[in-house]
Amino acid sequence: MTTELPVLKPADFASDQDVRWCPGCGDYSILAQMKKVLPEIGATRENTVFISGIGCSSRFPYYMNTYGMHSIHGRAPAFATGLKSTRPDLDIWVITGDGDALSIGGNHFMHIVRRNVDVNIVLFNNAIYGLTKGQYSPTSKVGSVTKSTPRGSIDYPLNPISIAVAAEASFVARTIDTNIQHLVAMLKRAAGHKGTSFIEVYQNCNVFNDGTWDYAKDKETKEQTTLVLEHGKPLVFAGGTKGIRLNGFVPEIVDLANVAQDDLLFHDEKAVNSQLAFLLSRLRYPDFPEPIGVFRDIDRPTYDEMINSQIEDAIAEKGKGELAKLFHAGDTWTVS
Amino acid sequence: MISANDQFPPTQKPSESVSGVTVRLAGDSGDGMQLLGTQLTNTSALSGNDVATFPDFPAEIRAPRGTTAGVSGFQVQFSAQEIFTPGDGLDALVCMNPAALVTNLADLKSTGILIVNSDSFEAKDLKLAKLATNPLEDGTIDKFRTIKVPMTSLTRGAVEPTGLSVKLADRCKNFFAMGLVFWLYGRDVDPTLRFIDNKFSSKPEIAEANRLALKAGWHYGETTEDFVSTYQVPAAELEPGTYKNIMGNQALAWGLIAAAKLSGKELFLGSYPITPASDILHELSKHKHFGVRTFQAEDEIAAVCSAVGAAFGGSMSVTTSSGPGIALKGEGMGLGLILELPMIIIDVQRGGPSTGLPTKTEQSDLMMTMYGRNGESPLPVIAARSPSDCFNVAIEAWHVATRYMTPVIILSDGYIANGAEPWRIPNVSDLPEIKVNHPTEPNDGERFLPYQRDENLARPWALPGTPNLMHRVGGLEKQDGTGNVSYDPHNHQHMVQTRARKVEKVAEFIDEAKIEGSMEGTLVLSWGGTYGACHTAVESCIAEGMDVGHVHLRWINPFPRNLGQIIEQFDRVVVPELNTGQLSALIRQRFLVDARGINKIQGKPFHVNEIVDGIRAFAECAVSK
Repeated sequence: MTTELPVLKPADFASDQDVRWCPGCGDYSILAQMKKVLPEIGATRENTVFISGIGCSSRFPYYMNTYGMHSIHGRAPAFATGLKSTRPDLDIWVITGDGDALSIGGNHFMHIVRRNVDVNIVLFNNAIYGLTKGQYSPTSKVGSVTKSTPRGSIDYPLNPISIAVAAEASFVARTIDTNIQHLVAMLKRAAGHKGTSFIEVYQNCNVFNDGTWDYAKDKETKEQTTLVLEHGKPLVFAGGTKGIRLNGFVPEIVDLANVAQDDLLFHDEKAVNSQLAFLLSRLRYPDFPEPIGVFRDIDRPTYDEMINSQIEDAIAEKGKGELAKLFHAGDTWTVS
Repeated sequence: MISANDQFPPTQKPSESVSGVTVRLAGDSGDGMQLLGTQLTNTSALSGNDVATFPDFPAEIRAPRGTTAGVSGFQVQFSAQEIFTPGDGLDALVCMNPAALVTNLADLKSTGILIVNSDSFEAKDLKLAKLATNPLEDGTIDKFRTIKVPMTSLTRGAVEPTGLSVKLADRCKNFFAMGLVFWLYGRDVDPTLRFIDNKFSSKPEIAEANRLALKAGWHYGETTEDFVSTYQVPAAELEPGTYKNIMGNQALAWGLIAAAKLSGKELFLGSYPITPASDILHELSKHKHFGVRTFQAEDEIAAVCSAVGAAFGGSMSVTTSSGPGIALKGEGMGLGLILELPMIIIDVQRGGPSTGLPTKTEQSDLMMTMYGRNGESPLPVIAARSPSDCFNVAIEAWHVATRYMTPVIILSDGYIANGAEPWRIPNVSDLPEIKVNHPTEPNDGERFLPYQRDENLARPWALPGTPNLMHRVGGLEKQDGTGNVSYDPHNHQHMVQTRARKVEKVAEFIDEAKIEGSMEGTLVLSWGGTYGACHTAVESCIAEGMDVGHVHLRWINPFPRNLGQIIEQFDRVVVPELNTGQLSALIRQRFLVDARGINKIQGKPFHVNEIVDGIRAFAECAVSK
């Protein structure tokens, strides 16, 4: 008898449901890479659970042949917390969008991250509400002209990476839907991290907000507008011709023709303090190249580990609970 | 430790035997009245009396001192007979200040004893209570037998040997009052001495001061000529067994723990602190060695959603709250309903709307639990009738939840939650086994159909981690059988009706309604925490010669299968409720009967006589259906 495990292929992770995103949507790429990554990291279908909220991205679980829950708007982190706390054996992915995670679900997002529940959160950021047909979102730029903002939006946008860092995230990364190799690498890093992993994916909504991330995707411009983070390496971009240096507390772009690499800011994703990760999250186009890659990856005890170790400790201390003992503890009296 | 016999000698004064006593202890929120009441209750229960309590306190932790808004009360009835309420009129009222006196005096029987702390009726105390004259001198109390005890100064004198500051010494005066009340009713001080030892084990000087105050109060009673006799309340003839004094929230928590054990499950509670439900969270968090996981969520919504997540993973999931929180949980409950996952939602009702009366009781969430969710979203609803009943209700709710694969709502209320009564401890082996199955194999050839139903219309509870049963659930309407998203119009109608039929089928499982009292005439139909008052009122009406029967509903959704038949056999239906008529409306709608309400919306439980008067009025004017 053979004990060899069946080798799963991406197709094994596809459900029998037709994918119903608009043709050309960035979500297709993320779905395809996820199906590719899972067998490569040795995930099983039965132990994998996708939990989503509401929005275009949140249809994701229906397309995966794993366990899944398409929950309610903004609350996926709460469902995931309940499930992971009681079933730490499961690999849980939370699929969300900019409206789902940062608007209606902002509170839950912040709290799952601070608790460091061991799940992977993938936020599809397209800076628009797609499923409700084109209203501005909490990540839309000021002045966005949308169905609900004909004179331009007046809300200052949130920065998802800054929020995650401020909420004490132990793993934070950014990637881009069409940068397949990088997306795959980030999904794998997130899966390997113990604790809440947060990935922001620049995802294009070609119907309601087409081209919003073009500056970061376009072959012509991406060298100038993005900066690939590498642990322990200096922050360089533009084909190695430019770098980021700290001037006091303020980052500045320098020309490497005039400045030595050693004088640049070096990336340290393991830094215990979150200042560097936060500083990197503030580098935004068009003033700076936008970092992609892992901003932060530190070890911190997870919520699910701790809630379960408290149970084990209590049992070790008191023995397994017995109902009769519970009922008769304390003052009782007998009527005969 | 003080030996009780030496230090608290039995009284030499004559002792009068009475069948039951209702006492209310009233003072400032910081005066320790709840502690005093709890001790009196416990010691009375331990001496074999039947007991029922009604703690009544302000929503503020420390409301302005000495004001009427800050009055905290604790009422207890202890009796040689089986009792169902904390009593209507008071046999004794202990008042620690003028505010407590003026807000409580109306409930003292004309034959009752009034005991006041006469030290706290100075001009400044009267001003705080906004009184122009001193009620001890202006005739207010003239018709009552009043015993004025300078409790503050006597307590200061008693605890002097401990060297405590005046401020700390004054905090012992509830123990002085306790000593006096214990002496008056011949209560055993041992349990309280044990309590003092445990509670103040790290502060021996405080423990000593409290013991001295307790002793001083006891001896004051024996010495003063104001009391000529004491009262004895013999033990009640309760059903044989071992008893424990239990409060509603504690009984709910223990029922949940028991239900988890009986079904071979581990308990998960997702909850957010709210009055008067928080004690369930506190209690459950103490029992981690039963595998109980408690999650204090960031808000009410996360609390219910975490419970749905844990239910998906196979835990016994619970969320607890009160009205405002249940309002927030509506969408999450709807998801639990369409996912057809078993879980328990507990609503410990309080006065509403909005923040309403957080520490006061009401039954005004019934319609919300029946209809307060978007879409057609029926859920089974069960209501506890007394503190100890909460234990059984929790087990029954979980039984139904797992058998029919549905969230179940448990209604309790502030009166039950904080009230206490003797609980006959069940034999664990007598508790029902709750069978739960999780499929391990596909149910349709090679395919797994997550919404294939059994004879109860329940779908299989397939757990993540099980090979070959991978499936997706979600809030979008689903095709029966496959569970795939479906916008088909006929499927939607079929699913809405199926979910409703499933709740109706619960009636096949639950007990039929039982009539207490007459089988014809006036039917008193009640639910929830009013059981005791309604039961006592019906007994009293029957004693008066009226034809009155009583049905107390345990399940409100669905109604017991024989309820329509019962209603038909009576001439008229009267529904006492602590709301404006929510069950009445449901009864009218369902049975097309002219159900009349007896309605009280004052944040307080019914007095028995209020129900008796209501029944009499309806019976006399012969309103019939």
